[in-house]
Amino acid sequence: MAVKVAEEWLNICGGCEVTILDIGEPLLDLLPELNFVHMPVLMDHKYNGQTGDKEGMEIPEADVGIISGGVRTEKEKKVAEEMRNKCKTLVALGSCACYGGIPAMANMYTVEALCDKVYRDSKTTEPADTPSENLPPLLDRVYAVDEIVKVDVYIPGCPTNPDLIVKALTALLEGKEFKLEERSVCDECPLKREKKAAGGDIKRTLDSVDFDQSKPWDNTRCFMEQGYLCLGPVTLAGCGNKEGNGDGVTVPRCIKGMMPCRGCFGPIRKGANPLVDMMTAISSIGLDAKQVPDRRALLNRYIGGQKRLRPLPARPR
Amino acid sequence: MKTITIYPVTRIEGHAKVTINLDDDGNVADTFVNVVELRGFEKFCIGRPAEELPRIVTSICGVCPWHHHLASAKANDAIFGVTPPPTGIKLRDLCQSIAYCSDKILHFFFLAGPDFVMGPDADYSVRNVIGIAQSNPEIGRKVVRARHLGTQMLGITSGKAIHPVTAVPGGFSKPLTQADREKLLPLAEEVLEFAKFAMAFAKESIFPKYLDLIKSIGIIETGFLGTVTDDGTLELYDGKARLMKPDASYEEFEYADYADHIGEHVEPWSYMKFPYAKDWGPISMDLDNPSAIYRTNALARINVCDKMATPLAQAELEEFRDTFGRPAQQTLLYNYARLIELLYNAEHVLELLNDPEITGQETRVPVTPRAARGVGCVEAPRGTLIHDYETDEKGLITNVNLIVGTTHNNAPINMSVKQAAKTLIKDGNYDEAILNKIEMAIRAYDPCLSCATHKLDSSIAVKLEVRDSNGQVIDTIANW
Repeated sequence: MAVKVAEEWLNICGGCEVTILDIGEPLLDLLPELNFVHMPVLMDHKYNGQTGDKEGMEIPEADVGIISGGVRTEKEKKVAEEMRNKCKTLVALGSCACYGGIPAMANMYTVEALCDKVYRDSKTTEPADTPSENLPPLLDRVYAVDEIVKVDVYIPGCPTNPDLIVKALTALLEGKEFKLEERSVCDECPLKREKKAAGGDIKRTLDSVDFDQSKPWDNTRCFMEQGYLCLGPVTLAGCGNKEGNGDGVTVPRCIKGMMPCRGCFGPIRKGANPLVDMMTAISSIGLDAKQVPDRRALLNRYIGGQKRLRPLPARPR
Repeated sequence: MKTITIYPVTRIEGHAKVTINLDDDGNVADTFVNVVELRGFEKFCIGRPAEELPRIVTSICGVCPWHHHLASAKANDAIFGVTPPPTGIKLRDLCQSIAYCSDKILHFFFLAGPDFVMGPDADYSVRNVIGIAQSNPEIGRKVVRARHLGTQMLGITSGKAIHPVTAVPGGFSKPLTQADREKLLPLAEEVLEFAKFAMAFAKESIFPKYLDLIKSIGIIETGFLGTVTDDGTLELYDGKARLMKPDASYEEFEYADYADHIGEHVEPWSYMKFPYAKDWGPISMDLDNPSAIYRTNALARINVCDKMATPLAQAELEEFRDTFGRPAQQTLLYNYARLIELLYNAEHVLELLNDPEITGQETRVPVTPRAARGVGCVEAPRGTLIHDYETDEKGLITNVNLIVGTTHNNAPINMSVKQAAKTLIKDGNYDEAILNKIEMAIRAYDPCLSCATHKLDSSIAVKLEVRDSNGQVIDTIANW
């Protein structure tokens, strides 16, 4: 019998939903085994009955619930709770659901500071009071889903890798556990490492890394060792796919774009502190960790939930 | 008085709710669509190094990340005072057009299409892409594959297809190898074949069946905003803005001067702002007497341009214009216009891949931080996308202003929903199919509420207000 699946999106960009479609044709082969009972992005199931006549929000019961996005409002909190109540297994899909994601960078500011910027300090906007008539209550910050309800399976990434969704769904269909191996992006990166930096200061991506596309990947030096901050050492592996028709080397996505990693898969293991670990990794190859520009926001870009980012007290003038 | 709710609005990008209030006779009293999400990008981008923004603002939208990525990279070019090498610009343009192809296919077949393919009255359980795949397996497989081709192509050019990283200040992070071009060409041919199929399929099997709906649902009269080249050709990556009035007269302006032409109105009942044409007077969303309202997205671009750069798209534009006039105002024609743009982009991708310069080795110039302001703009699928940044001497961001495609259409979406509800609901009679047809007026705009609510994250919800003839609020309904 087909497995019932419910999907909800909370504080989202929609990239994880597009990633589900990016499974491509194999998704069609999975479909007979999956019975989607609720999925607002693709399906017309409504919360209050199809003509809106029923009281209270209702999501159908499902074997597997998938939530993308973090939790920012009371309403999203209710949706997360209803999903937990109705779904036997709850999956957090993508780094927003797992860690807060980029929107949790807002956790560096108070809600008041955000509204001041948007309504009273914007070039094209007629300055106005913050809209307040019957608006939904905001929570004090952006929360990862597991700060609100218990999560059974984590599939991080911004967005995640479609192959991981297939692996997770297949495991669930077979009644098996799905968990990513605790490896770092560096562990699957093919670039050449010499365990020490080439020398000089930490560089911003204002100029190109050195690379040669005409030669195999291990002819290109590790970007971090070239001096460009790369979060590979403290980021969970899983983004990369094999090049060519699956028989080539695995290359992390951003490295393939000749750009350093920014940590979108989040920490390698639960409870890790990427900021501290990254400072250690930088120092260990002889670079000066103090030179990292905008350190706090850069090293917590995708993981600002779970209290990793919070407003700092105002600096004394 | 009775209240009808549609919650959530489905098959759009983001969450919304529609509430419709009926008077004592069961006719629509008045509706007011109110999007209540806000996000904080304009705040939390401040303090970040400018060159990091193209990798942060992508998360405004996972459906159109490439366009935010490129607008941000262009704003960076302006801030650092550089012009990318021709190959760098062509690689950005290539990625933009590939992304467009997937976006059009996604909207037409996965979001809006099920209403037309399965029918607006079909049961909700099959009125979706899964229903299409089950009832027309051949079309289903074709559609799923064609949309996925774009992602595969962007993976080849750039590594990361969603939330990309390769557009950088001063150009593009790496050249396209000859080997990669060879991989891309057959995929691009396949996308073009699909675009031809989609256009023919829609013209033969879809649009003729729904002419009555096209003529009656969501009809409003507005101006239009899009981008053209100096000779009036439709352009997506770089050009000048053309703002057209309902009588087809128009003015043009440089992107950097956008603030002189576009204002953003704030209503106390909505987090989402209402852009309007400053030169056309105060904003009014009155259906009988609208003022300063313009629309963006595919229909707007098709309306404002004089011509299109590729032969198949140009032929379709001529046919469209012969049938529907210029500017065409029928909201459901957005779906038609999108397929013409799909064809254009598929042709443009091949054109670029066959350009010898596309595999040039010089793709970027280095940049040096300075204090400056930079406006970067592209035509995103949902409309003219404006990123406006300022930096200090270290190249750290000090100010950000964003106007995104869907936000331009905030007022028109409100008006089209109201028009559709008033047309379809009479004497208290409504059913699931009628409510779905009201949603079709929203889906035609392909609204991306993730994009439109980039200001401060919150739930994406919608509130409707009922007002009397004097504009006084007599009732308010919201989904929270």
